Amino acid sequence: MEEGHYIRYSGWNSIAGRAGGTHLTIVLPWWPVHIPDGFLSAPVWLGLDLMAPPAVVLVARRAQREFEGARAPLLGVMGAFVFAAQMVNFPVGIGTSGHLLGGALLAITLGPAAACVVMTAILAIQAFVFQDGGILALGANTWNMAVVGVLAGYLPYRFWGGGKWRRVAVFSAAAISVMAAAVMALAELLASGIAMPRSIVGVSVALFVISAVLEGAITVAVVEGIERLSPRLIRPAAPERSWALTGLGVAAVVLASCGVLVASTNPDGIWRLAGQLGIAARATSLIRAPLADYHAGWLGASWAAKAAAGLAGLVLAGGVCLALGAAAGRKRGR
Amino acid sequence: MKILAVLAWLVAIGTSPRITPLLAACYFALLVGVTILARLPVGAVLLRAAGVLPFSATFAVISIAAGDAARAEALIAKSYLSASAVLILAGTTPLPKLLRGLESLGVPRFFTLVVQFLYRYLFTISEQAQHMRMAALARGSQSRRGRRASPRFRAASGAVATLFARSQARAESIHGAMLARGFTGRMEPLAAPSPRAADALFLAVGVLAAAALRFLPGAVR
Amino acid sequence: MTPQPLVEVRGLRHRYDDGTLALDGVDFLLFPGETVALFGPNGSGKTTFAHHLNGLLSGEGFVSVCGRSLEKKNLVEIRRKVGLVFQDSDEQLFMSTVLEDVAFGPLNLGRTPDEAAPEALRALEQVGMQHAAGKAPYHLSAGEKKRVALAGVLAMNPEILILDEPTTSLDPPAGRSLVALLRNLPQSKILITHDAAFARALATRAVFFERGRVIADGPVAEIVERFHWYPSASNATECLRR
Repeated sequence: MEEGHYIRYSGWNSIAGRAGGTHLTIVLPWWPVHIPDGFLSAPVWLGLDLMAPPAVVLVARRAQREFEGARAPLLGVMGAFVFAAQMVNFPVGIGTSGHLLGGALLAITLGPAAACVVMTAILAIQAFVFQDGGILALGANTWNMAVVGVLAGYLPYRFWGGGKWRRVAVFSAAAISVMAAAVMALAELLASGIAMPRSIVGVSVALFVISAVLEGAITVAVVEGIERLSPRLIRPAAPERSWALTGLGVAAVVLASCGVLVASTNPDGIWRLAGQLGIAARATSLIRAPLADYHAGWLGASWAAKAAAGLAGLVLAGGVCLALGAAAGRKRGR
Repeated sequence: MKILAVLAWLVAIGTSPRITPLLAACYFALLVGVTILARLPVGAVLLRAAGVLPFSATFAVISIAAGDAARAEALIAKSYLSASAVLILAGTTPLPKLLRGLESLGVPRFFTLVVQFLYRYLFTISEQAQHMRMAALARGSQSRRGRRASPRFRAASGAVATLFARSQARAESIHGAMLARGFTGRMEPLAAPSPRAADALFLAVGVLAAAALRFLPGAVR
Repeated sequence: MTPQPLVEVRGLRHRYDDGTLALDGVDFLLFPGETVALFGPNGSGKTTFAHHLNGLLSGEGFVSVCGRSLEKKNLVEIRRKVGLVFQDSDEQLFMSTVLEDVAFGPLNLGRTPDEAAPEALRALEQVGMQHAAGKAPYHLSAGEKKRVALAGVLAMNPEILILDEPTTSLDPPAGRSLVALLRNLPQSKILITHDAAFARALATRAVFFERGRVIADGPVAEIVERFHWYPSASNATECLRR
């Protein structure tokens, strides 16, 4: 068979390479954040399958209107680049190495619209050709990584990227991108009724944080490398810094996801979480309250109710993302 | 179209509330049957579908630890069966045909074009990355414990940055090559898929089988 | 009566975005039936020049191809008549399969898929690659890719062929078969090459580029001798002996 080549190509290397985090000496095949089929419950994957395509279209069209046939090769090639880049080992210490996921890198260099399309294409290829991530779950994975991940990877850079905070902006963009995508995925799994003891959730989140930090460091290094080679390749960030807007936006995204996550497992956790993140407390109190009320009502309810709560949270986060994306697009006057 | 059949299959699997071992065996047998029909190497297919198992197994273990053994079974069974189904689809359909099929289901052509180009240059650029890695290795950047990771980290980021720039340049050249052969903005497909009777039959059989496996156990009980 | 030149270039100038002068007043003529070799050091502007001839680049000066100037309305027609084979075949074969790639040109020229496929197959037969019609370009060798790229260009029925360093990644057998193939093609040709023997086998005239200008124009042997354009451990006569 002609196409037999790709069957030999994939394998452990590709899955491990896309683990997006450390592969410690004890090999934990953890968290490629590509959810396979069979994990998500029907309301969850169906809901996301319905939500994802319009979201992609919105992000792709709103922030950038000039999509002609000629862009397809560029986006395809850059998608291939991301694939290849995800295999590169970034050693960070004894026996540990990280890998690039690429959502934030794409968003910063090509813009959120292009990044969204490229990530979606990558996810499609991973699902169909490499069976890395399910087909029914494609909506969920796309939402997590191509919409939330890209937007979360773009907005911090867009607002903070000018001036001397540039490095921090790039780092946080990449880190938040990974965190948001991973937490969203975890939330979806929990909303689907997969039982996870608190300790495991804790471990997961800890691993997410490590992955996020790695992604941040790697992205910063690569972006600086690109700038040295050819500064034209990177889109300029906004010169003005809008702390309030960004802070609100970023916190909202992360906390909505965390809120859903924790709401699915443990009501007390919300209060603790909110307390720990006191900085943005005022902004998020709006979000906290409805969720807490939701959960009080759903305590001990069936999986359908939990799923509904989960979905509500996801829609909320989704709405926030889209609104921010729209605001960003309008701000640039296009 | 095969895609629809696979989708129906996946939906059936995905929405089954419980998967007894017997049921799983039925699904499995059907899949193996299709594999043989498709003239694919059965062993290789089964092995590759197992790629999803580490992920599923981890969650299965967690589920068992949390007291939800049924869920654990379901996770492993569902993910493995789903992965196998998709694998069969991928193994029997070259990507261009798969993309045309998706287009006929409503996926926008722009998107399938992006995927097409991605796939075309996937191995080319990966090889390029491999060569860079080889070159770096040849200059002594082996992974050794205890050594300072910083220079290798920088080397890796430099390599990725270079790959980025070269990929962009490559995309420009490809655009030039397209223009040089008269590209005016629209890309016409060479062959449009036309549904044949055999396809419709396959779809019907597939959907029926999936529905049967999905609903019969509930009805029988 | 002298025949009309197929390509007429006078005083062509081209500046890169960063201001450097790529072409500094190039004069060039190509007559029907000719095969001209373009020699010159790397960076002397040969490829830039070639990209002007099918309208990929534009600059100042007079350029006329097949009697047409390089205005927007003529571009598609010119790109049909001028077939450019790029140096990097991987960038030229961008479709999923060989057949789709070769059919790209005819489809752009307005053929229906039913017309384009046989035309593509005919072009593939011309270069001897019809057996590979369903293959992915990734699986081809360098020589095979070059031939498919040539087929993709031939499928458009050009009058002029421009080949940019065609022998660079080819092993000697592939190079020889390329020479044989090109010999049988009726089009007028421009060959950008470092390979003096390749040029001698096919070209009657040669032109030498240096720093964006044509500084010499004459028979291949003479140019090769004058500029010592032969590989290191030989001399001109040895190199050009056939």
